[in-house]
Amino acid sequence: MTRRGVAGLLLLAVVVLLASAGPLVSPWRWDETDFTAFRRGPSARHWLGTTQGGRDVFALVLHGARKSLVIGLLAAALSTGAAGIVGMVAGVAGGLLDRVLMWGADLLLVLPPLLVVAVLAPGGRWPVLVPVLAAFMWMLTARSVRAAALSASGREYVLAARFLGAGAPRVVVRHVLPQVASLLIADASLAAGAAVTAEGGLSYLGLGVRPPDVSLGTIIADGQGAAAGWPFGAAAGLLVLIVLAVNLLGDGLRDVLDPPRGAR
Amino acid sequence: MAGFLLRRMVSRGVLVVLAGSLAYLLAAAALDPRGGFEGRVPRPPESVVDARLSALNLNDRVPLADRYRVWAWGVLHGDFGRTQEGEPVDAELWRRLGVSLRLLVPGAVLGGVLGVLLGAYAAARRGRAADRSITAASCLLLAVPVFVLAVLSQTIAVTVNAALGVRVFVWAGESAPEGSGALVDQARHLLLPTVVMTLAQAALFSRYQRGLMLDVLHADFVRTARARGLRRRSALLRHGLRTALTPMTTYFAYSTGLLVLGGVFVEKVFGRHGMGEWLVDSIGRGDVNAVAAIDCVAACAVVLAGLVSDVLNGMLDPRVRSGATP
Repeated sequence: MTRRGVAGLLLLAVVVLLASAGPLVSPWRWDETDFTAFRRGPSARHWLGTTQGGRDVFALVLHGARKSLVIGLLAAALSTGAAGIVGMVAGVAGGLLDRVLMWGADLLLVLPPLLVVAVLAPGGRWPVLVPVLAAFMWMLTARSVRAAALSASGREYVLAARFLGAGAPRVVVRHVLPQVASLLIADASLAAGAAVTAEGGLSYLGLGVRPPDVSLGTIIADGQGAAAGWPFGAAAGLLVLIVLAVNLLGDGLRDVLDPPRGAR
Repeated sequence: MAGFLLRRMVSRGVLVVLAGSLAYLLAAAALDPRGGFEGRVPRPPESVVDARLSALNLNDRVPLADRYRVWAWGVLHGDFGRTQEGEPVDAELWRRLGVSLRLLVPGAVLGGVLGVLLGAYAAARRGRAADRSITAASCLLLAVPVFVLAVLSQTIAVTVNAALGVRVFVWAGESAPEGSGALVDQARHLLLPTVVMTLAQAALFSRYQRGLMLDVLHADFVRTARARGLRRRSALLRHGLRTALTPMTTYFAYSTGLLVLGGVFVEKVFGRHGMGEWLVDSIGRGDVNAVAAIDCVAACAVVLAGLVSDVLNGMLDPRVRSGATP
């Protein structure tokens, strides 16, 4: 793997480790209020200071990061799965089904996704956010998967398998899936970055994760303004770190699995 | 070329109609305008709320199909209905569209041009310090969500203002309440939001352009041009960049959605009363007609960008013009 990819993987590992081990290390729970310290800077008692409401920023930010990571990864997995299935079915089946599916993808591409997600998401708890986010992220990947599946299913060895009597499901699993897998893996990683960003943006606008739930987006929204630097800085920094890690990992994977023409 | 464009226009037109309908149906099914009326103090009697909702075509007790029919009939006649306050959506829509365009168009053009130039330059200097710093900067910027970038730039501006003791940067709204309308004042208010939009757009475009330019750097036609005696710079500019720009037109169409979305956050953060801010507020209020109208305009914008990209594609790529490739 390229240096970038390794750097991304390491960063991601650090963030995941922090998010999962943080609560064990931190002396404060994320929903605990310290009535003796409101809006303080970092100290031995509160490692990253406290919010206006007396919450410990370190614990709060890590809790938010965990929620953002879970939502982002789940949405990415779901959307990539959907993209893989739709793209392969369209590419292998062809004909009417292909046109209907691609036309549906075009239809969803015309609507700026977050605008629709913002309409659908409010009112629900955070698990509702995952399928809604995923429903508007699969289209571009599905298009590239379809193209790859189309070119794969025209190859001689696939035709030979067909003539030997292999059914469509077997052809898809044995011959087409390995061809598109690299594309899917790289895209899943990039989709995770997009999903984390989208979740943060929605929550920032107050349309995604709602109080009392906490995600990085809500912390950024609460902490904006020059007065409360630490909560905003910590949450924004962590969000950027997550997206950067996933993007680097995706780029690295793509360079290895699906090298661009003439670039090396 | 004309036939090709016409075909594209028809299919895109159908897409817009369907996308608009989908947007209305989703908004009407998901949002709850009744809650807004019932939450008022003192709470109005149910019959009054019902009558008001019916008059605005927002009543959730009327079947969705009927509401959709009334709405679609209105839209066909150029009327997007009324907001929850009973004001016509159209008037507000056009006013806010202007506000949004004054932010989005400069941001998109500046960001696009800057991104293409930086990306092409980085590719031409592949592996050197310039390439590394441009690539690293765009990589970092792409990881920073627009709303974080906007809040961050605001924080920096506050710090600079405080340090200098003069209000160098101003941003709240489109212009100062006194002296409103002065062009200089408007431009000052536009500065920070435009910088944010430009940075986000340039990061994306430079990344795409660098990849595309790398593909043509060692292409045969560039070598031929050099062999005919052209300098590297003019061979790359005239033959390389032109070819590498063609796929960019497709990215341009796809990135419009992202641009509109970035506009929502920038408007919200900098308090510009454009379409994006209206959308967020309308979703909060459950204002179905306003949300549907904004989604329709956004869909139109994306489709128009697609058409523009088709035209540009035709201008740059002779194969499209002659109909050799679809």
